[in-house]
Parts: sequence; C-alpha cells; structure tokens
Amino acid sequence: MDPAYSVILFTSSSGAGYGLIAWLALARLTSLWEISPVAALVSCLVALALISTGLLSSTFHLGHPERAWRAMSQWKTSWLSREGVFAILAYPAALVFTAGWIWPKISPAMMNAAAALTLVLALVTVISTGMINASLKTIPRWHNHWVVPVYVALAAASGGLLFSVVLAVSDAASTVSLVAVLGVLLISWQIKWLYWRFIDKQQPESTTGTATGLGHLGTVTQLEAPHTSENYLLKEMGFQVARKHAIKLRRMAMNIGLILPAILLILASATAGALQLALLVIALAFGLSGVVIERWLFFAEARHAVTLFYGRSL
Amino acid sequence: MTGLPKTTRKKLGLVTDLDICVGCHACAVSCKEWNAGGHSAPLTDTNAYGKDPSGVWFNRVHVFETQNEDETRTVNFPRSCLHCEQPACVTVCPTGASYKREEDGIVLVDAEKCIGCKLCSWACPYGAREYDADDGIMKKCTLCIDRIYNENLEESERKPACVIACPAGARHFGDLGDAQSEISRLVERRGGYALMPESGYEPVNRYLPPRPRKDRAGDTGTADHLDAAENAVDSSTFFEWLDKALTR
Repeated sequence: MDPAYSVILFTSSSGAGYGLIAWLALARLTSLWEISPVAALVSCLVALALISTGLLSSTFHLGHPERAWRAMSQWKTSWLSREGVFAILAYPAALVFTAGWIWPKISPAMMNAAAALTLVLALVTVISTGMINASLKTIPRWHNHWVVPVYVALAAASGGLLFSVVLAVSDAASTVSLVAVLGVLLISWQIKWLYWRFIDKQQPESTTGTATGLGHLGTVTQLEAPHTSENYLLKEMGFQVARKHAIKLRRMAMNIGLILPAILLILASATAGALQLALLVIALAFGLSGVVIERWLFFAEARHAVTLFYGRSL
Repeated sequence: MTGLPKTTRKKLGLVTDLDICVGCHACAVSCKEWNAGGHSAPLTDTNAYGKDPSGVWFNRVHVFETQNEDETRTVNFPRSCLHCEQPACVTVCPTGASYKREEDGIVLVDAEKCIGCKLCSWACPYGAREYDADDGIMKKCTLCIDRIYNENLEESERKPACVIACPAGARHFGDLGDAQSEISRLVERRGGYALMPESGYEPVNRYLPPRPRKDRAGDTGTADHLDAAENAVDSSTFFEWLDKALTR
C-alpha cells in the first residue's frame, strides 16, 4: 500500500495526542502523580494540538476536504465514519478536562467525569483508527487481531513519553513513574514484534489462480499487463518494499523507537532537573520517530489483493 | 446509506466468456468512450499522449498464461466491477456516497457526496474503482446505467457498451438473479464461476472458463473419418498400383 505521508502523520500524531491526554486523565483519576495544574493544562493543549494536527492532516488526502463533514454519517457500517464520530465526541470532554485544571467553575466531580470520558473516548477513537485498517479483508497483513493492539499500545507509548516530559517539567518524574512509562514502551514494541512474526508466517488463501479462477489450468502468471504505464491501482495499492529493506527498517524502527528511548528513560531515572528533562525530550524525539518509521512500514509492507491480477502474490 | 439491501429485485450483471475473448480491448475502449461522455463523465486522462499516460478506466483487459504438465495456454481476461452482493466498497464508505441499488443490484457512487477518501478502492479486491484526481472523487463501472434504461436508444442498444462492442460475442448482459434468464442458463451450461469466492464478496458477474483444448485429432471428432480414409488408401492395391504407375 502507498505510504501516504498525510495518513502516517495523522495516525502517529493523533495517536500520541490521544495517548498523552489518556495519561493525563489517568493521572487525574488516580492521583498517582503530582503534576502542577499549569503543566497539566499546557500538556492538555499540546495533546489537543497533536490530535487536531492529525485530524486535519487526514483531510489533506481527500479529494473534497470541504465535504469532510459528510464522513460522520455512516457510523452504522463504516469504521472511518465511527472514528470521525468518536473524535468529534472526544473534543467537548477533552476541552472540559483541559479547562478544569485551572478553571474553578468546573467542580472536582465534573472534572473527574470529564477525565473518565476523555480516557474512554481517546481509547475508542484509537481503536477505530486501527479498525479502519483491520477491517479490510483485501489486505491480509492488516486484517488480523494484532493491528488494533499495536495502534493502541503505540499510542499509549508515545503518549507515555510525552507524559514523562510533563512529569519532568512538574519535577514529579520519580523512578517509579519512568519505569511505568518504560514498561508500556516495552510492551508496545513486544506487541509490534509479535505482529511482525505473525505476518511473516501468514499464508493468504487468495492467489492469482483464485483471483482469476484459472487455477485449475495450472500455475497462472501475468503474460501482459492491461496498460503500459502505472495506473491508479498500482500507484495506490501496488507499492511494495523489498523484503530485505523491510527487515532493515524493522530493526531501525525498534532501535530508534524502543532501544534508544529505553536507555534514555533509565538514565533519566537516575538524574534530575534540567539534565533529566533534556534526556526525556531526546527520548521523546526518538520514540516518536520510531513510530513514524513503524507506521510507514505498516503501509509499505501491506499487500493488496488487487495486485494478484498483476501476477503478484499476497 | 451504506447499509446493504437484504435482497435486490434483480441482479444485473455481466458474463465474460474467457474461451472466446480474443483480447482485442474493444470492450475497454468502448467503455471508456461511452463513459467519458456519460453518467461519470469525464474520465480524466493525464499526459494522454506523453511518456507515462494515465487515466480512469472501468474495464481493463489482462492477459494471463496458465501452465501445467501438459499444456500452456494464453487467457485474455477483461476485469471490471462485479457488482457484488456483499460489496465491502459500499459498507466502508463514510459518507454514504457508495450504494447498492435495491431494484437491480448495481453498485454506484454518488458524485455529489464522495469526499475522495479512497477507502472504497482499498476495500475492493477486484480493482473495480479508480480515483479521478481531477474531479477528486472515486469512479467505477455503472453497468452503463445511462444506456440500459435509456429510452432514447433502440431496444437492441440498451446494453452496456462493452457488451455491444465485443466483436467475438464474449460478453453477455442480463439478470443473473433470475434462474430462467438466458444469461443464467448460459452460466449453468458452461460452468460459469465467480472470482475469488473465498473472500466472501459474492460477485454477481460470472466468468465462463476456457473450454478444454482440442489439440489432438481425437479431440475434434474427425479422427475416425481420417483414419478410415488413410486405411482405405493403404489397403487398396488399386491405388498402390496407380501410384506406382503414375510415379514411373
């Protein structure tokens, strides 16, 4: 599949935003962390900015962005529509939750309700994003049970790295909190690793033989393509990354997205003040870059059933 | 709405005979010609006369080679929308632009509602949908909806352009939901099949398989006659004598 930059930016940016606001909501509901209200407010605004950037960038690849509002209407059947609905529903809850950190008119009970609602809607929106991919039977590398957990886990991990910066700013980045973020980071990349192991063993049912129904005549290969240059189908769905490059990129994503931030988190837990903050900011930069590489590869490695008609395999 | 009708009153569709398709692309060209001025017009071409021409087509003719121990065959294979009974392209549509008609089962795109998100083309395994970057919307085979119901055309002309254009008679149009229709009986007789049935989209269109190849004398039914003639010559001393006499 064509790794369109708007979609990669959208999923990784909004994922990090929903992840951060979910951590903040959790912080509010559990009182596990002592965050200064101003830092929390600014962080909520950062999360909303990341979410909005993501949602806006997802409209860049539309042919008619001015009609985007129509995309809310088919929530009964379409995961894309559901995602839009949940994303819109999350805004009022998130805005109340954001304002509640400093605005006395929002009572503690209301603040807690807004936090809980934000947490749930953030989760449901990220699940919907994953389901847009996972619901497509035409792409076996997406149509499996690992895709949604990967989306959710990496959103939690990106949000966690952002949250650790918030903690450092509030002077509340205790070893225990950083270990918690490290734990989520490790688990998320473990899930991603399991996804890669799964797709490597996958044996899709459809072949050029079943696609054309000519399989009973022997092996079916393309003799002549229907057109002399690339068409929409091949540009959009025929993008393929070579297997050896994919392996290299997987390693790169793991090194940048997991190993480096993990080392930096451990170092940060042994330091304090400006040095700790600097280490966590670098960890965040690597962590987010790792997710972007992962997301690019998620598209580039996916093979679409239509390519069977062009003599390729799934 | 992108919800699917429980049943459709008709199942209009195409049947393509892979045994007689000669791969001339007349169906594809005729489709392009009609639809470039019809319901989905224009079908934008970019760089049409340049080095890398690209454009929107609803019908593409592939050529495959099949090979087993005994034989290698060439099969011409036109590919277009199959107007599935379970079209995932419709259910994934976030705006309701994609829909399947209850009256005849045709899958269409409402050009006024399409936002050009391309998700429907991701959901279709048959490559039936092509994006028109100029119009910013998705386009697809309409089964020539503007021909088949067009009362300004002669009755005989009210068929999809690809069916009318085919010089080999390899394309058929009709109601595949009616078991008694001419087209359904043809499918029954020739063992017509659906593409990628394992995916569960339940295409309406059918393909007729290439017939077994007749490349030996016995396959054509003329062998007995030929054998008899040869034996007759061999056993005839008269012809042997005549042969020798004339050779001298």
